[in-house]
Amino acid sequence: MAESKGVMVYGEIAEGKLASITTELLGGGRRLADESKEELLCILIGDQVGEAPQQAIASGADKVYTAEDPLLKEYQTDSYVAVMEQAVKDLSPRILLLGQTSVGRDLAPRLAFRLGASLSTDCLELSIDPDTKLLQQTRSVFGGNARAIFASESLPQIVTVRQKAMSPLEPDKSKKGEITPIKVELDPAKIRTKVIETVKEEVEGIKLEDAEAIVTGGRGIGGPEGFKQLEELAKALKGAVGASRPPCDNGWVPDTLQVGLTGKIVTPELYIAVALSGASQHLAGCSGAKNIIAINKDPEANIFKEARFGVVGDWKQLLPAFTEKVKELLAG
Amino acid sequence: MNMIVCCKQVLDPEAPPASFKIDPGSNQVVPPPGVPPVISPFDEQAVEAALRIKDSQGGKITVLSLGNKLLRDVVKKPLSMGADELVLLEDEAFEGGDSWSIAYALAMAIKKIGEFDLIFCGRQAADWDAGQVGSGIAEILGIPSVTVAKKVEAVDGKARVERVIADGYQVVEVTLPALITVSNELGEARYATLKGIMAAAKKQPTIWKPADIGVDPSQTGAAGRRTKLVKLFQPVREGKCEIIEADSPAEAAAGLAVKLREAKLI
Repeated sequence: MAESKGVMVYGEIAEGKLASITTELLGGGRRLADESKEELLCILIGDQVGEAPQQAIASGADKVYTAEDPLLKEYQTDSYVAVMEQAVKDLSPRILLLGQTSVGRDLAPRLAFRLGASLSTDCLELSIDPDTKLLQQTRSVFGGNARAIFASESLPQIVTVRQKAMSPLEPDKSKKGEITPIKVELDPAKIRTKVIETVKEEVEGIKLEDAEAIVTGGRGIGGPEGFKQLEELAKALKGAVGASRPPCDNGWVPDTLQVGLTGKIVTPELYIAVALSGASQHLAGCSGAKNIIAINKDPEANIFKEARFGVVGDWKQLLPAFTEKVKELLAG
Repeated sequence: MNMIVCCKQVLDPEAPPASFKIDPGSNQVVPPPGVPPVISPFDEQAVEAALRIKDSQGGKITVLSLGNKLLRDVVKKPLSMGADELVLLEDEAFEGGDSWSIAYALAMAIKKIGEFDLIFCGRQAADWDAGQVGSGIAEILGIPSVTVAKKVEAVDGKARVERVIADGYQVVEVTLPALITVSNELGEARYATLKGIMAAAKKQPTIWKPADIGVDPSQTGAAGRRTKLVKLFQPVREGKCEIIEADSPAEAAAGLAVKLREAKLI
């Protein structure tokens, strides 16, 4: 294998465009590549990659590699790992960045084990150690209670990065870069899974990840009826409703509303946490919010440690008056 | 249907956040006093996934746990829920491992167990949250994997899995033998029954040392790590919350809204 060099980003495509996680990784990857005076590579896999290669260059990549094949229409572990294994062996990057997404969570560990390489998942910060030149990989551990910094001497150094942990660059359409198709040779018999159906469970209105205001309910809401009241407030704020894990586990709201370590990662301007204690695994999903507001009857609840403003009391008594006043202020 | 479930003993993730402490000297978490360890919750749900298949079509469930000085009351819980056998990989040499050395030891133990159709793991352990061991075991064994499942059924020599994705789920069919990692969307794990607890108390776990499963000492526990833990620390929380107080809940609520307006947040 050639000498390892370069920073590679595994790019994801959503609805024909580069996914936001990928522009974030290209932003973070650009910084790492510049620090170590190396190139930033991006690999894009799918049945058709469309305009995504040009977008990747505008977002910071020097070189883009594309793998297109009808067998790559949907993400499947066996086919995607095979393509990535070959690409990493051929291109020998020193660092490989993937997103901590449905795809990255599945692809990265299987790929790392196949390559005999190291992997840190769900990283929040990455930097190059000035002495060892190794990637310092800061990740969330113990349900968000702690952070750990890992390093590894095995190459490539593979990491998955939490969504919204890195900032994309301003796209520069005048930036030049190379686009190289790579040859894909897949044996359909070696793909041992089959996607029968993809079921979208989108809720109406603004997507959680895109909302600037989020009203989130916890265990204390007590049932699906309470979430109707949260919806009323969210609507007034032109925002979205979220939930901590217990309401999802109890079936009060769809699982797709879950904010937290194993749910959605959100970074709104305003995050109103109602009747939720602020377990670390929940905070892992919302600690990037600019302003957290807490309504909880327990003055010792952990959420108050994260909040900018709060009220101690029973949400059932507080929320109607709060929603009414918010509406009045917004109308006036 | 022969099933194997990997279960990890972890510090209770539901322990109050204020009780969470790190010893900076050793880069280790100090176990909170008076809070016993538990089976990692996603692993309990992996046991539940296996039990649901056993309920519907029968089968045998072998539980595999790795560590040192494992608490019998904790690691026997899957037996009291309805699993059949317990194998413990228990030795000092298994301590201090990372995803690599743990997946390697578990895979070698699974090879020794021999017959299996389905292996279940939790999607990630509640301590290190890495989410690598399941996929790693599958890779070492050369079998397919489906991760983050919320429903698993075995039909016609295949498993039909509902895999959670960001906006919903995918229905994926996978050939057997296969490894499935299970997420909380599967639903709550069942409680142990009194009968189950009594049966579990009588069962003796099988204990294997590194030599029993043929693992190379240089690949076991801390010696087999591929990642080095440079530092473990607690993020600093500022904790500067302004509490709005008033004579009545309605006034406090209205006061909060006014505060948000003043701060230009609404």
